[in-house]
Amino acid sequence: MAASFDEMNGRGDGLRAPYRAFAEWLGIQKIDTLALKTTEAEALFRRSGITFAVYGDEDTSERLIPFDILPRIIAAAEWRRLEAGIEQRVKALNAFMYDIYHRQEILKAGRIPEELIVQNDAFVPEMIGVDPPRGIYSHIIGIDIVRTGEDDFMVLEDNTRTPSGVSYMLENRETMLHLFPDLFSRNRVRPVENYADCLLKTLESVAPANLNSDPVIAVLTPGPFNSAYFEHSFLADQMGVELVEGHDLVVIDGELRMKTTEGLKRVDVLYRRVDDDFLDPLVFRPDSMLGIPGVFDAYRSGRVTIVNAPGAGIADDKAIYSYIPEIIEFYTGRSPILANVETYNCREDDDLKYVLEHLPELVVKEVHGSGGYGMLVGPASTKEQIEAFRAKLKANPSNYIAQPTLALSTCPTLCNGLVAPRHLDLRPFVLVGDQVRLVPGGLTRVALKQGSLVVNSSQGGGTKDTWVLQD
Amino acid sequence: MLGRAASDLYWLSRYVERAENMARLIEVGYRIVLLPRAGEGFHQEWQSTLESAGCLAGYTARHGALDTTKVIDYMLFDTSNGSSIATCLAHARQNGRAQRTALTREMWESLNSAWLEFSAIKPGSVTSNSLPELLDWIRSRSALYRGSMLNTILRNDTYYFSQIGTFIERADSTSRILDVKYYHLLPSTEMVGSGADNHQWTSILRSVSAHRSYRWVFKDSYRPWKIAEYLILNRQMPRSLRSCYDELTVALNDLGSLYGQRHSCHATAEATRDLLMESEIKKIFQAGLHEFVQDCIGRNNQLGCEISQAYHFNG
Repeated sequence: MAASFDEMNGRGDGLRAPYRAFAEWLGIQKIDTLALKTTEAEALFRRSGITFAVYGDEDTSERLIPFDILPRIIAAAEWRRLEAGIEQRVKALNAFMYDIYHRQEILKAGRIPEELIVQNDAFVPEMIGVDPPRGIYSHIIGIDIVRTGEDDFMVLEDNTRTPSGVSYMLENRETMLHLFPDLFSRNRVRPVENYADCLLKTLESVAPANLNSDPVIAVLTPGPFNSAYFEHSFLADQMGVELVEGHDLVVIDGELRMKTTEGLKRVDVLYRRVDDDFLDPLVFRPDSMLGIPGVFDAYRSGRVTIVNAPGAGIADDKAIYSYIPEIIEFYTGRSPILANVETYNCREDDDLKYVLEHLPELVVKEVHGSGGYGMLVGPASTKEQIEAFRAKLKANPSNYIAQPTLALSTCPTLCNGLVAPRHLDLRPFVLVGDQVRLVPGGLTRVALKQGSLVVNSSQGGGTKDTWVLQD
Repeated sequence: MLGRAASDLYWLSRYVERAENMARLIEVGYRIVLLPRAGEGFHQEWQSTLESAGCLAGYTARHGALDTTKVIDYMLFDTSNGSSIATCLAHARQNGRAQRTALTREMWESLNSAWLEFSAIKPGSVTSNSLPELLDWIRSRSALYRGSMLNTILRNDTYYFSQIGTFIERADSTSRILDVKYYHLLPSTEMVGSGADNHQWTSILRSVSAHRSYRWVFKDSYRPWKIAEYLILNRQMPRSLRSCYDELTVALNDLGSLYGQRHSCHATAEATRDLLMESEIKKIFQAGLHEFVQDCIGRNNQLGCEISQAYHFNG
């Protein structure tokens, strides 16, 4: 694996332009002051309750995601390219979903194997023929982007179900503005604070047609014990809409209604942060305590809009991922602006053979896994771990995909009193409604352990503020 | 607003108010126990304190005999006690977290930091010297929360339900303190000239932070019927039943106009407010203070139930 590209210093060939003003500032900071500011940031996060729960970790039911005070900076021109690539991608993903839940042209054209769709758990047959407002299935998408060189941005993953992390993007910025106001006077950083406004406009734009009043919007959460509860309440608050749980809702006369202090009140758009499986016990999991019986029927008959739509997970399935360049070409007629990471589908014999021969170099992921669980990072694993994984892989090849281990870019990060390079990725949050809206920024996740490539917060990763500079 | 949200806000206010009342009760009980001539009297004092706090039965089941350290621990830290300060703060914070969207940042932060700081205290580390400071701190946190609420919240249903919770809890607390200690207030037990130094009486006033304001209002030494009058009927005294019901009727009426609908709870609150407005302390004593206060406690509970039904607290 070659040395990584550094966001600030490139490949050791001098300071990169977007970091110029920042590096000057960093040069005159005392390390003690920075450590103190880190403590201050933690106190701010804890006080405002920005905590998340780690599953299977009972002692620390509310933990902070470590926050690194050194920002990640993106130049205006770089962002323009990302923006164009992201917009192209989310339009294609939605067109793809409309197609596979309707005429399935892409399958008929033989561009994607049919069984990959119809036998996929993420494909929801109940959605066939359903017409969501504006034909949009995934309204809120988090695109995970990695960088390996000056011009090499790649999409590692699309999150088209219920992506989370946007509250960290917003709170990280608030915290930075509070801690380092002078830094923002030296750099022209584009604001992100209008995200909630964009989200609200997006949700309103997909309300059922023919409403005789302003659409009523609600955010559906599994409840305070969910790991992303803070974000659910944060977004509801920022938009000024109700935060509801399943038992606050009921379907009566084909309408979704919430139980308010003034009796039942109609809900037009439900921004749900519960998984498909738990949405409606009548259609999906009958044992779900989080969902609302009958909501799927109300949705199908166009009386309420569910955001993101049930079945939207088909577009971020890891088995579909390697076909996304084809999908983009098929629906937009253009080649992808943002590349995919090379991917081996272990369900295919040739790919499996290659993967088994190269396990120590590859990253192998479960098709349906997320959060960094159940994956093998070849170069960072012991022989025993690799052999154990090999057995699992052989037993059920179609459950896995593999990718080369990428030399993710690094960025200066404060670690134990030193500024040192750490690997990171980027998740911008894009909104699809009457138009595509993208706030300039995103969530930068950083692996805090030296050399580690796993940035997931559930695996000890941290976050940084993400700056997109103005021209 | 969701019925569940209204319920959470109502209970959030009740728990914050309850934590403050608990702190005051412990403080008063402890003062009396410290008196040189308290002697065996401390039993009676802790008993009435626990009774006022509504947790005598729970304490007895857990610890049996009365013991100063155990009583204080039970009222401060014991999470098996549904009214301990630890429980109140945990419930308040839990309700606040569930309704994070309804709270302003100031409200949430004061609530959250109170809970975080209190959770960090080790029960064994509280000494008789640090106890007063801790109790002061609890009262100041409750004041900070309420101050944040009054200063930052929109005057809509969020505010009204918060107000209602506070004053239902306060009316309940003041009534209980009166009821438990009522026999000390019976004029028949008063001996001429002994009024000024009766610790039981001052303790009642201290329990509601009114031992100094009493002087300003009555310009007289402590008299049993005046203490009772002060706590029940005085409209200036912010913890009197009359005050609580003035606030309750205002909040309920504003809520009624906001929603354009009145319920049985509106009539119930007004009837109690009218009773408190029209009663005279002399007649109350003639008919029986205990009976009167019991009636108030019953009315207050009834009002709580009617509010929870009218506004769909349970969906």
